[in-house]
Parts: sequence; C-alpha cells; structure tokens
Amino acid sequence: MRKYSNIIAAYSIMLILIILVGIFQSWSIALTILNYCLISAVMTIGANIQWGYAGLINFGIMGYTALGGLAVVLVSVDPVQQAWQAGGLNILICFWIIVAMVVLIRYLLKYFDKSKYRTYGIAFIIIGGILLLRLTATPGIEAIEAVDPAKTGFLGGMGLPVLFSWIGGAFLAGGLAFIVGKIALGLRADYLAIATLLIAEIVVSIIKHEEWLARGVKNVIGLKRPAPYEIDLQTSQWFINLVEKFHTKKLSLINSITERQDALSQLVIDASSIYVKLCFTGLFLSVVIVLLIVTQKALYSPWGRKMRAIRDNEEAASAMGKNIVKEHLFIFILGSAIVGIAGAMMVTNDGLFTPGSYRPMRYTFVIWVMVIVGGTGNNFGAILGGFVVWFLWVEAAPMALFLINLFTSHLPETNSVRVHLIESAPYFRFLVIGIGLLTIMRYRPKGILPEKIEIK
Amino acid sequence: MDFINAIVVLTNFTLIPALAYGSQLALGAIFVTLIYAVLRFANFATGDMMSFGTMFAVLLTYYFQSIGLGLGFLPTALLTIPFAIIMMILYMLLIDKFVFSYYRIKKSPPVQFAMVSVGVMFVTQAIIRIIIGPSDRRFLDGEKFILKATEFKEMTGLNEGLTLKSTQAITIVVTLIIVSIMFWFLNKTKTGTSMRAYSDNEDLALLSGIDPKRVVLITWVIAGILATVGGILYGLDKSYRPFVYFNNMLPIFAAAIVGGIGNPFGAFLGGYVIAFAEILITYAYKRFIAYLVPENMEPDSLMQLLSTDYKFAVSFSILVIVLLIRPSGIFKGKTI
Repeated sequence: MRKYSNIIAAYSIMLILIILVGIFQSWSIALTILNYCLISAVMTIGANIQWGYAGLINFGIMGYTALGGLAVVLVSVDPVQQAWQAGGLNILICFWIIVAMVVLIRYLLKYFDKSKYRTYGIAFIIIGGILLLRLTATPGIEAIEAVDPAKTGFLGGMGLPVLFSWIGGAFLAGGLAFIVGKIALGLRADYLAIATLLIAEIVVSIIKHEEWLARGVKNVIGLKRPAPYEIDLQTSQWFINLVEKFHTKKLSLINSITERQDALSQLVIDASSIYVKLCFTGLFLSVVIVLLIVTQKALYSPWGRKMRAIRDNEEAASAMGKNIVKEHLFIFILGSAIVGIAGAMMVTNDGLFTPGSYRPMRYTFVIWVMVIVGGTGNNFGAILGGFVVWFLWVEAAPMALFLINLFTSHLPETNSVRVHLIESAPYFRFLVIGIGLLTIMRYRPKGILPEKIEIK
Repeated sequence: MDFINAIVVLTNFTLIPALAYGSQLALGAIFVTLIYAVLRFANFATGDMMSFGTMFAVLLTYYFQSIGLGLGFLPTALLTIPFAIIMMILYMLLIDKFVFSYYRIKKSPPVQFAMVSVGVMFVTQAIIRIIIGPSDRRFLDGEKFILKATEFKEMTGLNEGLTLKSTQAITIVVTLIIVSIMFWFLNKTKTGTSMRAYSDNEDLALLSGIDPKRVVLITWVIAGILATVGGILYGLDKSYRPFVYFNNMLPIFAAAIVGGIGNPFGAFLGGYVIAFAEILITYAYKRFIAYLVPENMEPDSLMQLLSTDYKFAVSFSILVIVLLIRPSGIFKGKTI
C-alpha cells in the first residue's frame, strides 16, 4: 500500500480540485473539464508509450488526433448517396491508382538493383501517377462538392454506430504511423521531432482542404452520439420523475403549482446536460481504465523489459539479438493508434469535426507538457499529467482574472493597466503552462510521479 | 513582345515575392542553425522569439509616430530596429541565464534542450500576448511602392505590369547587408573563428583557451540581431500577428534542415529554396502560358500544380524528401 501512497495522494488532490470547480463554478463545467481530462489522459498514455517506454519523440500528436476525428466522420456519418453517384467512381479509381503506384514502386525497389534507370522509373511512375490522379479526381471532386454544398458536398461515411469509429480512429492513426515510422524513425531525436511535427501539419492541411473527404474547413456538425440527446431526455417521463425525486425537498418549498412546474423544468434542463456528460464520463473512464490495465501489464511483461532495455541501451539490446528497428516501428504505431482513439473520443464528445481547430500548440505541445509534467515512463504519472495540465489550461484564465482583480482592486475601474490586464487574462494559461514545464524540468526532471520499475 | 510579357508576369508574381519571402525565411533559418551549431539544440521558441523582437518594433513605431519622428518615405520601423534588437538580446540573455545555461553546464541531451525550449516558447507567447494582444497589426508607413504596375506599363508599353513594393526591396537589401556582415564576421574575425572552433569541437576549443561564456554570449547577440531583423521585415511585408509568427517556425525549420542544419550558408540558401518551391509549385501558370502558346491553344484550367492552400505542405514535403534522401541537407550540415 505504501508504494501507492504518492499516487493516491496526487489523484485525490486532483479529484478535490475538480469537485471544488463543481461547487464554485458549476457541475456542468466540472464534468466538461473531467471529460477533457480523461481524453487528454488517453493521449498522454499514447505519447507516454512512445516516449516513456521507447524514448521516441513524436511531435506529430496533432496529426493522429485529427485522423481520429476524421475516422468519426468516415465511420459514423450516413453515406451521401447522391455524392457517391456523382463522383464516387472517380474517387475509387484514384484509390486504386494510388495502390497500383505503391505496388509498382515496391516491385521496382525489390527486384531491380540500384541504378540510374531505376530512379528514372520511379520518378516516371510518381509523376505519371500524379497526372493520372489529377485527371480522374478533378471532375469527381467537383461533382461531389457540388452536391448540396451547404449541407453535404462530401462523400459521407459508412453510417455505422459511432463507437466503431474509435476503433477506426486507431486504425487510421496506426496506418499513418506506419508510413511516418518507415520514413522518419531512423532520424536523430530532434530531427524526428521536427519531421513528425511537419508531417502532422501536412496531414492536417490535407484534411482541411480536401472538402470531398470531410467538408474540410466547412466542418461536419451533428455527429452521432453514444449517449442520449438532451432534448429526448427532457421529454421522457422517467427522467423527469428522477429529477423530481432528487429535488423533492427543494420543490416542496415552492407553493404555487405553476412556479413549481417552472422550477422543475429548469432543473430538468440542467440535469439533462449533466446526465449526458456523465454518460460520456463513464465511457471515457472505462477506456482509460482498460488502457491503463493493458499498458501497466505490458510494462511489467517481458515485452516491457525488452522495450526498456532498448531505450536505455540500444547497442546492448541489439547485441542481444533484439530487432530495434522493428520494435521501434511497432511501438510508434501502438502509441499513435492510442492517440487516434483519443482523437475520435474528442470529436464524439464535441459532436462536431472542425479541422481548422487542429493546431500544434494545443494538440502537440500541450500534450507533451502533460507527459513531461506527469512523469515519463509511468502510466499513472502520464494520466495525472493529463489531468493537471488540462485543469490548469482551462482554469488558468479564471484564476488569473481573480488574482488580477484582487491586486488591482485599489485602482479605478477605468484604469488602463487594469483594463488591459483583464482583457489579456486568457493568455495567462500559456504563462502558467510554460513556467510549470520549466520548473518541473529543472527541479523534478522525471515528473510529478517518476518512473519506478521493480523487478518482480 | 509576348515573350517579354510572359517573363514580366513570372517576375512579378513569383520571382520578386519569392526573393522577399526567401530572405525573411533565410534570416530565421540562420538563427535556427546558429543556435543548433553552437548551443546544440533545436530551438522550438524560434518563431516566438522573432515575434518578441518585432513586438518592440511595433510598439516603438507607434510611439515614434505619435511624437512625429519618422524617416520620410522609408518606414519608421527601420528606425526602431536597434532598440528592438537590444530588447531582444536582453531577453535572450535573460532566458539563457535562467533556463538554458543550467542544462548546458549539465550537458543534457538535445531532446531535453528541445523540451526546455518548448517551455520558453509557452512563456514567450504568454508575454507577447499579454503585452500586445493576439490581434493583427500593420505598422508599415512611408512610401508603399517603388514601382507601380501602371507606371511600369506606361514606361515600357507592355501589357503586363511589374510591381515592386518598398517592403520587398527593403527586405532584400537589408538581408543582403546583414548576412554579408555576418559571414564576414564568422569567417574573417578572430571571434568568429573561435565560434566556429567551439561549434566544431567543444573540448579542443576549450583546451585552446576559448572562453565558452563569450562564445555563447556572442551567439545570442548575433541570434538576436537575426531574429529581430527577420521578424520586422516579415511584419513590414505582411503584417504582425503572434500566431502567424509561431507558424512561421515550421518553414524556417524546413529551410534550416534543407540547407544542412548547422551550416549558416546552407540555411541562407535553404530559405530561398523553400520560398521558391512554395511559390513556384502553388502559382497558377495560366497567364504565363497564354503568352507563350498560339492564341487558340490557351489553357482552360489554372495550370496550377497544387492549390495555394497547400503552400506550407509543399515546404514540409520538400523537407521530408530531403530527410529521406540526404539527411545532412543539400549543403552538408554541422560546422559553422
């Protein structure tokens, strides 16, 4: 029990903080923060697998998150029949052209020795393939985007239940990670960071600008939900009865029947949003717990020992006959797939897919701060990091506002310094996160909950 | 005549903008590469440091304008450059003293440095946004054009106009001056040589009596000059917005790596490589080709290789290709 005391203490403090938000601000905000904390926790588990277990630095988290989000659209949205009829064939042909290009290039690489002619051949295939793609794709894309552009203008998805998209997100992100890993994993650590960041930017810009795929910057709204809708809840009798039961005391104080009815309907509206958020919390929590159990088991398994051995001394591990390139690629795919799940969870939670919102600040650097602050190599630490940093990220602005008001209370309302500070309160979150990261890196370089490996 | 028209179109829409944009990238890329060569880490705070210097230029420009100080037809911002540079260098030295020096003495691995620079990036961004806010600001004053399209048409009697914005001319001239002074300094002076020695082999440099503190100090001073001037030139040419500066970090990194990281001359050329690639690949050649082919063969489409939405993606793809084929960059990296 004693060895877990740190973890228990840290998590209880976190829980108390969220409860305090519930008491002082509102329960709805507290649950929103908690849900996002859980999503961040999934992301940090993914990043921690790559960085903590294997020492791979992946600044491309943003790209995998975006792909996870894309998966929600591709899996859960109903297919747009008209668009498929208009241009679906062209897109399918394009897909097969790409497959043919890849197969041809692989064939050339495998069966011909390196020579000038091989290089020319590959260049010819690439250039010819791109021309062919443009020729087939352009009319198809135009036709698809012309189908009711205000509402659809894209191919739609497969119309499956939304929970399948979480798995779809994992596969999409894992697939991208396979390609990125093949390209970039041989690079030195800081090159790898830059290369993954830039590849993620490329992915996001493709998602943003290929409108036939997922409407691009026009956003997809009204995605399916694994939880009931507030409006349905507000009209269903069992829910109203439940709310009434919870608040019998409060309601019995009101005498007039009409007033009581008004108060009840207000309570039902509040409760319905909280109920929906609780449903999400339950789903997310179960994902986090499953992932935590699996990663924790993996960490103490022979596989985990192997990964640590590779991380700590590549040459020694290689001398023992471990295939480092293969293991690195595998763990890169695994971590990215988990980030993809988180991306899908986030879009499901929001109910909308906004490619324009994927920015490296929020989806790469903040996630990295979470991993570093929480504790690299320690899953409990990584999850805690996700909680702490997300909490600070959201609550820094209200806290800064409170402090500014406190310290400038002697100044008049119209004082320009005071007005300016109050206006810039939202930006204090960057300051808090930055100083937090620098302090942790300096005085506790292994994070709040450092990695502790015991040989059992 | 058609041929000259075609050349003018190409010059006006690709050559001049690419030269100006490339100069701005080149300054940033040399900044990245210097830090990488001497201090040995990838500085993720690059974009925000450039933004920090520019912020002072913007504020001082507003101040100078309010007291009526100006340079006539030249932008007032040029007058603010020395002050902005001093503020930038002070900030950099402060950051170095409180943040980077600790890890340098401990000889931390480059990854740790990179993470620390991410922390610096957050803090710098916060300071900038708290002081000046995130909104878009224009601080260009004075003459806007050196050569207007209509004037050029009258002068030469051609169909196509050639525009030369004053900011583009200033950018190219100032970049050439700064970069040539810097190369002279690095290659011809004793201090520059000691910096190169330190970058080549730290231990041997220390053995031969080079003072590491002095080398670091001078590196930050040069870096401060490059960052501030690069930032101000970009801001004059487009506009000043903190978020855009953060995003510019990515093509700047691409330029530094494409040119061979650690090699200032490579970074200088890398800036132009990236800028030309971005603009040539996303430019619509319709008008250019229309002049060259017979009248009935004019193309219907825009003749654009990629839409301008993919401007950034082009430079990143080039970087990925270079990393794949020649990881040390086009001009052999490492050693300044």
